[in-house]
Amino acid sequence: MSEDTAHGQPGAELATLDQERYPVPDPGLEPHLPRLTDVDERAANRATRQVATFFGLVPILCIGFVVVYFAVPGDAWVDFGPLRANSRNLLLGLTFGLALLFLGVGAVHWARKLMDDQEKIDYRHSAASSDADKNYMLTELDKVVDESRLTRRKVIGRSLIAALATILLPMIVGLADLGPWPTKKKRAETIERTIWAPGIRVVNDVTFQPIKPENIEVGQLINGEPANLQDLEGAEFQIEKAKSAVIVVRMDPNTITIPPSRQNWQIGGILCYSKICTHVGCPISLWEQQTHHLLCPCHQSTFDLGNSGVVVFGPAARALPQLPIALDAEGYIVAQRDFLVPVGPSFFERDSRNDFKEGDT
Amino acid sequence: MRLLSSRRRHPAAKALLLVSGLFLMGALYTLIAPPAQVLADTGNSQQIAEGKALFAVGCASCHGLNGEGQVSGTIQGPPLAGVGAAAVDFQVSSGRMPMARPGEQAPVKPNLYSEEEIAALAAYVASLGPGPAIPEPAAYDTSNLSAEDLARGGELFRTNCSACHNFEGAGGALPNGKYAPPLIGLDNKRIYEAMITGPQQMPVFDDEVLRPEDKRAIIGYLQSLHERPTDGGLALGGLGPVSEGLWAWIIGLGSLIFFAMWIAAKGAKAK
Amino acid sequence: MAQPAATVPDDSSVQPVTPQKELGPVFKAASGPTKWLDDRIGLAGLGRPFLRKVFPDHWSFLLGEIALYSFVVLILSGIFLTIWFKPSMSEIEYQGSYELLRGLRMSEAYASTLGLSFDIRGGLLLRQMHHWAAAVFIAAMLTHSLRIFFTGAFRKPREINWLIGVAMLTLGLIEGFAGYSLPDDLLSGTGLRFVDGLIRAIPLIGTWAEFFTFAGEFPGSLIIPRLYMVHILLVPALLLGLIAAHLALVVYHKHTQYPGPGRVQGNVVGYPVFPVYAAKAGGFFLIVFGVLTLMGATMQINPVWVFGPYNPAEITAGSQPDWYMGFVEGGIRIMPNWEWHIGSTTWSWNVAIPGLGLMGLFFGLMAIYPFVEAWVTGDKSEHHLLDRPRNNPTRTAFGVAAMTGYAMLWIGGGNDLVATQFHVSLNSVTYFLRVAVFVAPVLAFLVTKRICIGLQRADRDRMLHGAESGVIDRAPSGKYAERHRAISQGEAFKLTQHPDQPALLPLTDVDGMSVKEIKSEQRRRKATRFYFIDTLRRPTRAELEEAAEHHMHPMAIEGDGEHHAIEPEPEEEHHLAK
Repeated sequence: MSEDTAHGQPGAELATLDQERYPVPDPGLEPHLPRLTDVDERAANRATRQVATFFGLVPILCIGFVVVYFAVPGDAWVDFGPLRANSRNLLLGLTFGLALLFLGVGAVHWARKLMDDQEKIDYRHSAASSDADKNYMLTELDKVVDESRLTRRKVIGRSLIAALATILLPMIVGLADLGPWPTKKKRAETIERTIWAPGIRVVNDVTFQPIKPENIEVGQLINGEPANLQDLEGAEFQIEKAKSAVIVVRMDPNTITIPPSRQNWQIGGILCYSKICTHVGCPISLWEQQTHHLLCPCHQSTFDLGNSGVVVFGPAARALPQLPIALDAEGYIVAQRDFLVPVGPSFFERDSRNDFKEGDT
Repeated sequence: MRLLSSRRRHPAAKALLLVSGLFLMGALYTLIAPPAQVLADTGNSQQIAEGKALFAVGCASCHGLNGEGQVSGTIQGPPLAGVGAAAVDFQVSSGRMPMARPGEQAPVKPNLYSEEEIAALAAYVASLGPGPAIPEPAAYDTSNLSAEDLARGGELFRTNCSACHNFEGAGGALPNGKYAPPLIGLDNKRIYEAMITGPQQMPVFDDEVLRPEDKRAIIGYLQSLHERPTDGGLALGGLGPVSEGLWAWIIGLGSLIFFAMWIAAKGAKAK
Repeated sequence: MAQPAATVPDDSSVQPVTPQKELGPVFKAASGPTKWLDDRIGLAGLGRPFLRKVFPDHWSFLLGEIALYSFVVLILSGIFLTIWFKPSMSEIEYQGSYELLRGLRMSEAYASTLGLSFDIRGGLLLRQMHHWAAAVFIAAMLTHSLRIFFTGAFRKPREINWLIGVAMLTLGLIEGFAGYSLPDDLLSGTGLRFVDGLIRAIPLIGTWAEFFTFAGEFPGSLIIPRLYMVHILLVPALLLGLIAAHLALVVYHKHTQYPGPGRVQGNVVGYPVFPVYAAKAGGFFLIVFGVLTLMGATMQINPVWVFGPYNPAEITAGSQPDWYMGFVEGGIRIMPNWEWHIGSTTWSWNVAIPGLGLMGLFFGLMAIYPFVEAWVTGDKSEHHLLDRPRNNPTRTAFGVAAMTGYAMLWIGGGNDLVATQFHVSLNSVTYFLRVAVFVAPVLAFLVTKRICIGLQRADRDRMLHGAESGVIDRAPSGKYAERHRAISQGEAFKLTQHPDQPALLPLTDVDGMSVKEIKSEQRRRKATRFYFIDTLRRPTRAELEEAAEHHMHPMAIEGDGEHHAIEPEPEEEHHLAK
C-alpha cells in the first residue's frame, strides 16, 4: 500500500475520503487549550517569578565557583554520610553544575509556561528533487559531458581513471613504516624469545631479591622476574617484562603430575611458569594453593599448574609455558634456558606443535 | 673386654665417661632433631591442655581428635600438624573456623572465642607440629613508614595481591564459587597472618621471600588507601567500570530522560 | 533551475518593510551589526527557512539531543584536559602530591593525569565530567537508535541517516576506548594488552597489524601518542562531519512524528524553532551539561591513582573495560577455546570470532536491517509517521531479541562480578551464558511478539467496545458487566492510522517472469508471511459503525447478562492477501 507523499499538500483530505485506508476519518488537529498561565494572570506572574529566580541564582552560583576555586584548599575533605570526598572537587562541581542546571531549567520553564504554545503546521516536501530540477540536471549534464569532449576522446577518460587509482599508491605505501615488519627473522628476535637465558637468576618482582628453594614453602607463590631485567629501562624494560614475567610455585610432589620430559625442570616440587596468559596476554597471579589452579582474571582461563599448565577452563587454547629451572653454584634458583615455546598470546605464524598437550610425556 | 677393663683404673674415668656420653647424645640429638620450634607459649603445658579441651569440643568433629584430619562424606578437615599458631589465630579470630557447615570456602562470621581461648587453641595446634608463629607486633607495625615506603608497598600489593583481591582490596572471584575476600577494615595482624599461613586457597607468602619490611609496606599501603577519602565523590561500589556503567545508565541517562519527559510534557490544561 | 539573468526588480514591486511596532533597545543595538552581516552574507535569506521551522514535541525525540549535547560537553571538557595532559610514554619518577605513588616510575601520561587530578584546580572535576559524558554519550546513542528502530524511523527516506548513525556509534566506541586508555593506568593498560592479543590473533595478518599498531612489540613507546592522535583529531573530526550530515538530513527530511489527529504523512505539527524549540533545546543542552557536571562533582569515576601505573606484570581482579565494550568482553570470556594448529600455523578462533566477529555482527545487522525490511515489505513509499511498536510485532520482537543477546554478552563481560555479588560459581555463570546467548534471544522474540499482538488486541477491543468507564452494572441475574464509553475520534484515528501490512500468499500468476525473479518473489512473500501473518488487521469502517451502533443503546443486559460483542471469525482477524 503506498502512502500519500503529499507534495506540499496536507493529506487530510485523503484521510477523510479513503475509507479503506482510513476507517476512522481524521478529525483534524485538536483545538488548542489554554494553560493555567494563559488564563490566570497570577499563575503567569508566579511562573515569571520562578523563571527569574532560576536565572537569578546563576550569577550567585558562578561567583560561588570563583570563591571556591581560590579559597578551598586541595586537601580539604567533606565527610557526610556515605560521601567522603574532596571538598574542592565537590564544591566546584556543585556550583558550576547547579548554575548550568538552573539556567537550563529556567529556559525550559519559560518555554513551557509562558511562551506561546500553539502548535504550528508545516508541510512536507518529497525527499526526491522536483521533475524540473531533475530535467535540468540531466540536460545540463549531457552538455557538460559534451563540452568536456570526453566522449570523442575516450582515451582521456580511461587514462584518467588509471591515474586517479594509482595516485593513492604513494599515500598507502607511505604508511609502511608504521612499525617494523614482523618477518620470520624479526619475529624470532622479538615475540618468539624472552630475555631468559641459561644461568639467569629468578628474582622476586619489585624487590629483585634472588630466591633459594629452602625459603619456599609448599603452597607458596612467588611473582618473579629475570635478574637481568634490572639492566633495562624505559620501553625496553616494559617490553621484556611483558614477556618474561614468571610465577614460581611450590607443590607437594605427591599431589602433582610431572611428565618424564619435565622431571628435571623442577626442584623438589618447585615449578616455574610463564606469568603471561596464553589467551590474550594478561599476567596471571591468582593461584589456588589447594587445587593448583591458576585463574586469569581477564577472561577466566584456568590452568592446572600441577599438570604442566594445561588449560582446564576458559577460552585459552594452549598450556602455560613452563620455564626449566635449576640451582646455581650458590644455591639460588636460575633458569636453565629460555622458554621452549613463544610465551603469551597466539599469532598466526606461531608453531604450536611443541606446546604441551594433555597426555604428552 | 680386657681393653676396657684395663683402662678403668683412672679415678676420672667414670666422670669422663659420663661427660662424653652426654656430649655424644647431645651431638647426635642436635644433628638429627628437628629445628627449634617457634611456639606460641613454648612449654606452657597448661595452655596446651586447655587448647586440647577446646579443640575437642569445637574442632575435632572435622579435624579429628588429634588434629590428624579426616575426609568423610562432605566433611573435609585437613590435618593441622604444621599449620602453626598463626593459622589458628587467623582462622578463629576472623570467625572462619569453626565452619558452620561444609562448603567450598569458610566465610567470615562473628567469632565466639575469647582471646585467651584462641591463644590456647593456637598453642595446642602449634604443639602438633612446627609452623608459623603468631607474629610479633613489630612485624606489622606500619606507623613509621614514609611515603616512598607506602608507594613501594603499593607496587608490591599490585604485583602480589590485587590479582585476587582487586586493586583496592575489594575482593574477587575464584573458580567454582570460591572468592578472595575484601580486605577493608581488617587489622594489620590479620593481614600479616593471612600472608604467612596461606589460608584455604590463598598461597603462602613466607617471610624469606616477601620479607617483613615488604609485608609492612603492603599493609601500610592498604590501610592508608582505605583511610583516604574517595577523592572524586561517592565510591559507587568500587568495582570499577561495571558499577560506573550501571550508574551512568541509571542516574545519567535516567535523570536526563526524566528531564526530557518534563520538557515535552503537555501539562495540565485550563478548560 | 535554468533562468535568464535575474532582472533587478523595480522599486514599485518591492514594498519596503515597515516595522510593526517600536523596536526595543536590544533590537536597536543589534540592527547595525545585523545589517553589516546581511550586506555580506545575506543573513536574512539564510535564516528564513530556519527561523520558524517546525519540530514536533515528544520526549523520545530528545534522546538524540542527549547524545549531541554530551558530545559538546566532551569536546569542551576534552579541550581543557588537553592543556595539561602529556601523551608520552617516557618514564619519570613521580614527585607529585599524591603520596601513595611517591617515588614510583611511571609514564608522563600517567603522571600528567595525576597532576590533573590533584594539582590542577578543577582538573579532577573535568576528568570526571569527561568520563561520565563519554558513558552517557554512548548510552544515549544506543537508546536513541533503539527508539529509531522500534518506531520504524529508519524507513525511506531516512536509511542514509540510519547508516550515519551506525557509523557514529562505531566511532563512539573506538573513541571511548582510545580515550580511557590514554592515562596509561593499570586497568586501561590491561585493556590495551587485551587488544594487543586480539590484534595479534587475527588469522593471516595478525602480527603485521600488531606491529603496525604498536610500532613493534607491546607496549612499546608509541601507542599512547597514537591513540591520542586518534582520540583528539581523527575520530572527533569524523564524528563532527557525520553529526553535521546527520542533522542536515533531519532538517531536510523534517523530523518524523507520531500518529495522531491532524498529523498525516504530508505535514509536521509542532513548535517553531524560535522561540519555543530553541528555548527547550537550548535549555536541555544546559541541563545535560549541568547533570554531567553534577555527576562529575559527586560520583567518582575512573580513579586512576588507585589503579596504579600500568605494569605488564600486574593485574587486578575484576578487570573490565568501560560498559560499552562489555559485550565484546563477554563474548571473549564465554567463547570456548577453539584454536586450529595446522602445520606451523595457528588459527585462533577463540579470540578472532568474538573479538572481530561480534563487533562485525552487531554493527552489520544494525546497518542492513532497514534494507531487509524494505525488501520484505516491498514498500517504496516515504514514511514520515512513526510506527507504534505494537503494530509491527515482528520488527519489535527482533529488536528485543537483539537487546537480549546483547544483554547476555554484557552479563558475560562481568561474570566474575556476578559470581561474587550473587554468590554463584563463576564457572556455572560461564556455562549458562554459553547456552543463554543463543536461547534467550529466541525466547525473547517469541514472548515479545505475543505481547505486541496482545496489545494490538487491546487496541482493537478499545475501538470496538470503547474504553472501560469504571461503572459496573449488575444484571437481575446477578451478573456483573462494566460499562464502556466510546473513545474519542482523535484516539480512534490514531489507532487506525497505520496501514495493514499484508502477509502475501505464494504467487500463482507467473507470466512474464524469469525463474530467478519468481524464486526471489516467492522468497519475499514467504518473508512477509513470517513477518505479518500474526499481525492483527484494523477493524473496517463497517465493523466500527456496527460496534458504535451497538453502543448507542444502553448496555443491553439481555437475559443471560451477556454483553454481545462483534467478534470477527478467527480466520478473518488475520489476513492473507493474494
